Amino acid sequence: MVTFLVRRVLAGLVLLYVLATAAFAMMSLTGTDAARNVIGTMATQEQVTAKTRELGLDRPWLTQYGDWLSHAVRGDFGTSWFTGEPVTDTLLVKAPVSLSIVVAGLLLATVLSVALGVAAAVRRGSLDRLLQLTAIVGYAVPSFLMALLLSATVAVQLGWLPATGYVPFTTSASGWLQSITLPAISLSVGAIAATAQQIRGSVIDVLRQDFVRTLRSRGLSERRVLFRHVLRNAAPPALTVLSLQFIGLVGGAVVTEKVFGLPGVGSTAAEATVNGDTPLVMGVAVYLVFIVVVVNLLVDVAYGWLNPKVRVR
Amino acid sequence: MTAVSSTAPAPTSPPNLLEVDGLVVEYAAKGWRRPPFRALRGVSLDIRAGETVGLVGESGSGKTTLGRAVLGLAPVTEGEIRYAGRVISALGGRERRALSDEIQVVFQDPYTSLNPAMTVGDILSEPLLVSGTSRADADARVRSLLDDVRLPADAAHRLPREFSGGQRQRVAIARALCRDPRLIVCDEPVSALDLSTQSRVLDLFVEIQERTGVAYLFITHDLSVVRCVSHRVAVMYRGEIVESGGAATVTAQPQNPYTRRLMLAAPVPDPDRQRERREQRRSLATAQGG
Amino acid sequence: MTVPETNPGPAAPGGAAPLPRRSSLPRRLLRNPMAVVCLAVLALVVLASVCAPLLTSASPTRSSLNDAFAPMGGSHPLGADSVGRDILARLLYGGRVSLLGGAIAVAVALLIGVPSGLLAGYYRGRLDAVASWVASLVMAAPAIMVLLVAIAAIGPNTNAAMAVLGVILAPGVFRLVRASVTSVREELYVDAARVSGLGDARIVRRHILPVVQAPTIIQSAQMFGVAVVIQAGIEFLGLGSAGQATWGAMLNDAFANLYTAPGLLVAPGLAIVVSVAALGLLANALRDALLESGYAVPGARARREKAPKARKAARASTDPAADTGADDGDALLTVRNLKVTYPSPGGESTVVDGVSLSVRRGEVVGLVGESGSGKSQTAFSVLGLLPPEARCEADRISFDGRDLRRLDRRSLNSLRGRRIAYVPQEPMSNLDPSFRIGTQLADPVRLHLGISAKEARERALALLERVGIAEPERVHDSYPHQISGGMAQRVLIAGAVSCDPDLLIADEPTTALDVTVQAEVLDLLRELQQERQMGLVLVTHNFGVVADICDRVLVMQTGRVVESAPVRRLFTDPQHPYTRMLLASTLEDAPPRTPLPDIPPTAAPVQEKV
Repeated sequence: MVTFLVRRVLAGLVLLYVLATAAFAMMSLTGTDAARNVIGTMATQEQVTAKTRELGLDRPWLTQYGDWLSHAVRGDFGTSWFTGEPVTDTLLVKAPVSLSIVVAGLLLATVLSVALGVAAAVRRGSLDRLLQLTAIVGYAVPSFLMALLLSATVAVQLGWLPATGYVPFTTSASGWLQSITLPAISLSVGAIAATAQQIRGSVIDVLRQDFVRTLRSRGLSERRVLFRHVLRNAAPPALTVLSLQFIGLVGGAVVTEKVFGLPGVGSTAAEATVNGDTPLVMGVAVYLVFIVVVVNLLVDVAYGWLNPKVRVR
Repeated sequence: MTAVSSTAPAPTSPPNLLEVDGLVVEYAAKGWRRPPFRALRGVSLDIRAGETVGLVGESGSGKTTLGRAVLGLAPVTEGEIRYAGRVISALGGRERRALSDEIQVVFQDPYTSLNPAMTVGDILSEPLLVSGTSRADADARVRSLLDDVRLPADAAHRLPREFSGGQRQRVAIARALCRDPRLIVCDEPVSALDLSTQSRVLDLFVEIQERTGVAYLFITHDLSVVRCVSHRVAVMYRGEIVESGGAATVTAQPQNPYTRRLMLAAPVPDPDRQRERREQRRSLATAQGG
Repeated sequence: MTVPETNPGPAAPGGAAPLPRRSSLPRRLLRNPMAVVCLAVLALVVLASVCAPLLTSASPTRSSLNDAFAPMGGSHPLGADSVGRDILARLLYGGRVSLLGGAIAVAVALLIGVPSGLLAGYYRGRLDAVASWVASLVMAAPAIMVLLVAIAAIGPNTNAAMAVLGVILAPGVFRLVRASVTSVREELYVDAARVSGLGDARIVRRHILPVVQAPTIIQSAQMFGVAVVIQAGIEFLGLGSAGQATWGAMLNDAFANLYTAPGLLVAPGLAIVVSVAALGLLANALRDALLESGYAVPGARARREKAPKARKAARASTDPAADTGADDGDALLTVRNLKVTYPSPGGESTVVDGVSLSVRRGEVVGLVGESGSGKSQTAFSVLGLLPPEARCEADRISFDGRDLRRLDRRSLNSLRGRRIAYVPQEPMSNLDPSFRIGTQLADPVRLHLGISAKEARERALALLERVGIAEPERVHDSYPHQISGGMAQRVLIAGAVSCDPDLLIADEPTTALDVTVQAEVLDLLRELQQERQMGLVLVTHNFGVVADICDRVLVMQTGRVVESAPVRRLFTDPQHPYTRMLLASTLEDAPPRTPLPDIPPTAAPVQEKV
């Protein structure tokens, strides 16, 4: 188990490094004139040249890369070309907002998809059809459209929940909950649909296995068979889907934050992309990949715990 | 290719059709730096034209690996396989494919050995078309093959799943026969079949052999099956041949302790004789165990 | 569906009855109304987008402030947006952008994913290792991050972004294709094709591509939907090509005016939802159509048809072989006129038809028959373990005087495992892979006997020792994947006898085992049965096993008992023609084949060659 974990941690670090390098290469090697981008089309050639020198873009690529990397490993992603603020500070301020809605969305998705998936697998019939419907809605209504619809109806028309803005948890717990409810719901719909379908499928598969019949023959109650044995065996594939869904949630947050006017990492990333603010884009990219690596690691641990074939050889 | 005539086997001692000499097959083990798994540890065997050599063993004995090595489907680590005097264990793709005229196969599982998406006709004509037979000739050949294995002519237009296990196995036999091979490797060809179907398919194997003079390497775990189709029998245990000889000799008076254990373990359909056999087995077990 | 071989005579041309002709995949798809609707919707979307200039004369990009927020009707059939652009025109031209973008993404994903998946799956080795590693790397990257970085680097360009999306989606295609190829490669028919002299190219074309094709089409439909959604998201963020009329840009306009004109959401929202839903439902319908056919679908490989085969026509039941066993009085188990039916396309199919049997304490009753005879179904009926769709009727199923049919679930569970126990056929698949052997043994014991965990552990260890396991402690703490098949079967027998049951029902308990292990397991069953005076119902197809252990035998054929007799009489004086045919088919007493004439009859050692 320990070697398994060490291998996964190493793989995660490799992923982080490779993706960061690829992103840096893409950002700096595509030949767009970054400096002109920053100071605007009206600037003179001298001003652009000066800006290029100021941003250090006149140095060889490897030097720029080495410089960025050596700072990045120490947690310093430079300063934004537009606001002049340190990227790391910006991220530290914005991260709690994004994490709030993504984690809340994930929790919602996990609870609801397990409930719906298991119920549909065991009872079939009308619950099954409800699941099919959810699946199609979750697939066809993108999270930002769901966000727009919820915002237009629940927030704007009915006024039940705030349409925009974020209240930090430390300021007001209830305000925080209200501000993240709609974003979390709109994020989770797609994940619920996909995960519930997967759970339904794997529960049905496990129910068909021979050992379930044998467990029943031993006089174990239906409830015990389902919750102790079937769920445990159905969990690993569902976990895989859930971790993929999490990556999707992180992506969905970018657009959802814009809709609900949340000052999170996602909306920052969208702005930085429009502006061509390389240090900020890089910082956000590394941060997102880092989150994904951590979550994948957690999933691997859970996988090992659930599946003795991974744990014991 | 030289088709074997349909007359009875020649009276003089025929040369060996297949010779396996000191064959070793190893598979890379899962995991880093583990020693490879040795499925065959120096196996030697020969088969004459028109002869059936039965290969008996339990799971993990290497009997299937030996069959796959002869077919070119398993890697040969050491040793040699010679067919009609020519070494075939180290052939390249093209030369190996040319051998498909000579050596064919019938697998155990009649469910996975036929492509479920192809009609029986396509399954049977494919090997013919590959070797350059014209479509019309291939179709005619398919009709006669279906007749040979006692399947109705309209079977050609159907999918494998429309047939029972026994019928599918007949299709697999027809496929093996379609290019008049001189050797067929039969890997547990009747193990998945019901009792009554099994004996009819075995009859078909023997009848085809008597008619065409084809040789069989007949792999099975079932001693009673091997006894009634084989001229000679070889017993495998943990990657080695532990005993071999005439079918009657090996199955009635086994010399090797493992063969004796295997023989006595197979129950006979007669309560009184089975009781005797059981007691013999127990006394042997105490003798061997002690 | 299988056709039983009915004609035993060698001259009889097999008994293949006429069967429904197979239909092609597209035809089966068109029989599904949902698929037809989806295809129609998609065709409409494509047609409307392609013919946009014919359907509207308005420009999708020309704004006129006079027309801002114009209502439906007049020159703006769907109204106008916040700067007076015609909504219908924007919708139709936006469709073009969406379709093109989706097509680009899917094409790129397929161009990368299919060839790499084919090569990696077919040739495996280092190529596969590298490709799989790259695929997992790309899959772990958050798609939106890659897209943002790409857009930041190359500037706002919708089609380029969609090409990048194609790269992001490619690993999914790669994995699917690779998985399909790997599973087909394992099939014996590919080996058979190789032995038939087919080259790699032909094997891939004839045997592998057809299997890969269908799931890839399904995946493509799904990817197309995903691409449309993501594209709209990018445009909504203002990161698409500037100045284009797109669904995402329309949503952005609606968002900017969410308080004043929320109705602007409707047109683009519906366009996205309807086209994406149609793609998703079409993918589902395709999958259903595929499952109907014999194609292998990865992850859902059709299980061997071990499902009960059945005889449709029910004959009048005049029980030719009434169970000659014990009177009901001292019987442990009594079954009278059992009938099991399954729903089938043509009504109902009967798999057990009027079976009666009884078992006394200490008696071993064999149920013998070929596949489809209903012997296992009879055993499951007694245990209440038939699948939910099965219907089970009987005049009587009683155990030790209690009517099993009247028991509720709870009372049945207090009997099962405690007084009636079950030994299954396949040792490995009948243990829960996620729990230690010890736990699986102790759980039912604690439940039934109400003893402490410590006592249960001791009992489990004693049981393991009793069934002949050399290292009980080690096996007790092992997971099922760590022990051999023969050992697993001993564990299952230990589990069955753990609460000293009165009746043991064993379904082909030795079929999956090697002969030498079979003999040991039969010995074990016999000893336990005699030691504890259990009744034993043994389901088997092997007459050797019957001769070894049974006192009385019921021969079953297509759901009915055709003969019932004490074991000796069955072998010496079989009455029913079917029994005689089965006994004649056993090979144990068939004469051995003699060596070829030219070979000396004395054992010529095969190893020593000239």
